[in-house]
Amino acid sequence: MSMAATEAKAPAEQVAKTKGYWSGVLKRFSRDPVAVTCAVIVLLLILAAIFAPYLGLNDPYKASMIKRLKPIGFPGFPLGTDEQGRDMLARLLYGGRLTLFVGLMPVVFAFGIGSTLGLIAGYAGGWVNTIIMRTVDVFFAFPSVLLAIAISGALGAGIVNSIVSLTIVFIPPIARVAESATSSVRALDYIDAARASGGNALTIIRVHVLGNVLGPIFVYATSLTSVCMILAAGLSFLGIGVRPPEPEWGLMLNTLRTAIYVNPWVAALPGLMIFITSLCLNLLSDGLRSAMNVKD
Amino acid sequence: MTRQEDRGGPRQPLLIAKDLKRHFPIRSGLLNRQTATVHAVDGVSFDVKKGEVLGIVGESGCGKSTTARLMIGLIELDDGQIIFDGDVLGEDITLKELRRGVQMVFQDSYASLNPRLTILDSVAFGPKINGLEDPEGKARNLLKRVGLEPDRFAHRYPHELSGGQRQRVNIARALAMEPRLVILDEAVSALDKSVEAQVLNLLNELREEFGLTYIFISHDLNVVRYISDRVLVMYLGEVVEVGPAEAIYHNQAHPYTSSLFAAMPSMDPDNRTEEPPLAGDPPNPINPPSGCRFHTRCKFAESVCSAAKPKLSVIGGDETHLAACHMMDPASGHSQSFREAAE
Repeated sequence: MSMAATEAKAPAEQVAKTKGYWSGVLKRFSRDPVAVTCAVIVLLLILAAIFAPYLGLNDPYKASMIKRLKPIGFPGFPLGTDEQGRDMLARLLYGGRLTLFVGLMPVVFAFGIGSTLGLIAGYAGGWVNTIIMRTVDVFFAFPSVLLAIAISGALGAGIVNSIVSLTIVFIPPIARVAESATSSVRALDYIDAARASGGNALTIIRVHVLGNVLGPIFVYATSLTSVCMILAAGLSFLGIGVRPPEPEWGLMLNTLRTAIYVNPWVAALPGLMIFITSLCLNLLSDGLRSAMNVKD
Repeated sequence: MTRQEDRGGPRQPLLIAKDLKRHFPIRSGLLNRQTATVHAVDGVSFDVKKGEVLGIVGESGCGKSTTARLMIGLIELDDGQIIFDGDVLGEDITLKELRRGVQMVFQDSYASLNPRLTILDSVAFGPKINGLEDPEGKARNLLKRVGLEPDRFAHRYPHELSGGQRQRVNIARALAMEPRLVILDEAVSALDKSVEAQVLNLLNELREEFGLTYIFISHDLNVVRYISDRVLVMYLGEVVEVGPAEAIYHNQAHPYTSSLFAAMPSMDPDNRTEEPPLAGDPPNPINPPSGCRFHTRCKFAESVCSAAKPKLSVIGGDETHLAACHMMDPASGHSQSFREAAE
C-alpha cells in the first residue's frame, strides 16, 4: 500500500532495511515446525484433491460385487475397497475435492460477509451496532449443528444448499469476533488521532482498522474451517448434503458405518481423513495466530 | 510550509470556548433507558490567545480530557460554541476545517500509534489524506525535527521505540497537519522525568519555531507552571479559576486551587506542608452538588455555597484573573466575602 511509495522514494541503502509486516509474519511462521508441517499436509491434501484425475487412480465410481470390503493392502487397492467394491484410495482423494470445497467455501463467504457486518457494527457503534448485533444474536439461540440441519433441510439436499446453510451458520460467530475486535480498536487513541487528522470513516477503516482486526478474524475463521468440514460431513452423513454416489468423506463414513464390524480399518479411513485435516487446520491457525503477533 | 493564515489578527483569540456542555447518559435496564447523566463538562468557557500556552489542571475525572476532545470534535458537543480565530464552528467553518487548524497529542504514546504502520506512514497519514504535497518528505523532515533521524527510525514500528521516542512521533504526527493550535492531553505525564524534560523543551522549541499555540492539560502542577502562560483550574466539569500562571501559583483565589497547591509536595524541608491536604474524592459527577460544586469539601462552605452557583468574576484589580467563589463577591452574603474583598 503506502509501503511501495516509501520504498520508491527512499535511498537504496534503506530499501534493504524496509521490511513489510507480512514478510515478518512469514519469517516467524517458517520457524514454527508444527505449523509448517500442518501447512504442508493441508497443501498436499488440497493438491491431491485438485489433481486427483491425473494421479493414475482407479475410477472412484467403479463398483465390483466381488471385491467388496477388501482390507488395506489388497492387490490393486492399496487402501482396500468400500461396501460396493470401489477403490478407497481413489474415493478418499476424490472425496477431498467435495469435502474441502464444502468445508472451505462457507467459511470464505462467511468471512467476507461476517467481517463486513462486524466492522460496520463495531466502527459505527450506537444503534447501528445494536441492530446488527442483536440480529446476529438471534442465530446464537440455535446450536450450530441444528441450525445447519434446519436450513439445509428447508432448502433441500445438494452441494450449493449445504454451502448456503453453512455460510449462514458461520456468519454470526465471525461477525461477533469482528465486532469485538473492531470496537476495541475503535476505542484506541490512534483512531481518534486519525479522525482528528480529518480522515473519513472509510479511509480510517482501510488504513487503521482493517490491518489490526483482519488478523484475529482470519485466525478465528481458519479455526472454523475444521468445524465447517465436520458439519458439512455431518450434513452428508444425514443425507441432506452431498448425495451418493459422489465420494465425500462424511457420506463415505455414513455408508461404511454398517461395515465397521466387517472391516473396521477401512471403515475408519474417511473419519481419519476428516480428523487429520481438521487437526492440521487447527494447528495451522494456531501457528498463524502466533506468527501474526508483532510484539513477540 | 503553507500554514493556514492568521485571519482575525493578533488580538482575536485563537480559540474561544463558550459554555461547552457535555453530559454522558448512563443507560441500563432492559430497554436501555437513560437512568442517570454524568455531567462531564458543564458550562466551560475560556479563550486561548494566539501564541500562548494555556495550562488546564484539575483532579482525575474533572473533565479536562473531555474538554480537550470537545474542542477537536472527537466528542460531540451537547451545547456551547467553539470559535476558531473568529470563525464559529458549524457556521463559518466545518469540523474538517477546524481539525486542519487544531491537532492533539494523547497521553498513551503506544495506543495513539497504529502498531501495523511504520512511524513514517503514521506521520504521513494526515498530510496524505488531506492532499498536502509530498507527505513522505514532510514526514521525514518532521521526524528529523523532533529528534528521530529518519534514516534510522522512519521504517520502524511503534513497538520498536521507547516511550519518549513514540511521544516524539506523536508530536510530529500532530505537526504534520500544520496546525495552529496543539492540544497536549497529558502528553508528557506517562514519561519519566528526564525524558519528560527533554520533550517539554522540544515542545517549547517547536512552539517558537512554528508559531504554535498550546493547550497543555496535565495533573502535574510543576510541569504546567514550567510551560504555561495562563492556567485554568477545573473542578467537576466546571472552571473554578483562571489566570496568569504566576498569579495562580502565588495568589490563589479559589479555595480549591489553594488546596490543590497545598497538596503539592514541597522541595524545601523548612517549608513542609502543615495543613492536611484535601480529604476524600471529588463527588460523583452523576449527581453534582448544588450551588458551588466544591462546597462539600470546602472548609469555608456556608449555606450560600450550596444554595447559589458562584459566577466567574475578576479578582482584585487583575482583569485576567478570574475565580468562581462566593467569597470573592461582596454581595454574595458569604461571611468571609468582605474580608477577601478588602485584601
